[in-house]
Amino acid sequence: MKECTSLFPKRVVMILVILVTLILLLPSIGLTFGEPQTTTTDQYYINNAQVETGANNVVTSIVFDYRGFDTLGEACVLFIAVLGVAMLFRRIGK
Amino acid sequence: MTSGLVIRTAGRLLAPFIFIFGFYIVAHGHLTPGGGFQGGAVIATGVALILVCYYYKDCIDKLTPAKNFKLVEAAGLILYICTALSGLVVGASFLFNWMNATGGLFGHAVAYGVNAGDIFTAGVIPVLNFAIGIEVLGALSVVLMYMFAGLKETTQAEDDAPASTPIIKKSGKQGGKK
Repeated sequence: MKECTSLFPKRVVMILVILVTLILLLPSIGLTFGEPQTTTTDQYYINNAQVETGANNVVTSIVFDYRGFDTLGEACVLFIAVLGVAMLFRRIGK
Repeated sequence: MTSGLVIRTAGRLLAPFIFIFGFYIVAHGHLTPGGGFQGGAVIATGVALILVCYYYKDCIDKLTPAKNFKLVEAAGLILYICTALSGLVVGASFLFNWMNATGGLFGHAVAYGVNAGDIFTAGVIPVLNFAIGIEVLGALSVVLMYMFAGLKETTQAEDDAPASTPIIKKSGKQGGKK
């Protein structure tokens, strides 16, 4: 007997996945390029970054204050990359 | 790896300036263009210069072994996370800039508008800059050191020995006075 019987045949699943993807992509048809919605975030940073964080460098105030979680993630990615290199070279690096 | 006397001397001359420039970029990250990532990469360039100029064994013996750079890297990440958690301790949110404009360390009052800048402003941002700086420095250096460890290089005694290989012997007088 078969050890793994799927509920649907493989072909039906593939068609379902393609259909769902198309349905999810449907709203993007109406989007127009070159006319972005007016955003106020960039002007907010330019106006208030120095007052709120005390840093003269607005880029640093965004990277380390407004988007601090992003930098924490980058540091973790770098740490894991070094971990991989250290594991790869563990015999040579003695 | 054979590196001549000229390269070795120039590298020894340049490396301290590269370290100081990288430290300047890290320390002034909240005032001038730059920051922890860029400054750490510049300092790691100095380490790479030393690794290229000298023999790897000499670097391990005289400079520092690779495991110290691993410690520095982990210390940078832990310092970042502890600084972020200190926002919870003072009763604010994670990564909150609680040291800004309090009057203490890095808490001087900020002059708004276009100004030259004061290095003791911006609260936790310089601390996070420093943490990221030493993390990037340790990460890039330890990757370089692990890769140099796998390199098959000659020893200094073999390099400085009088020419005995057939290629050099064929081309006449080389090796010269030592």
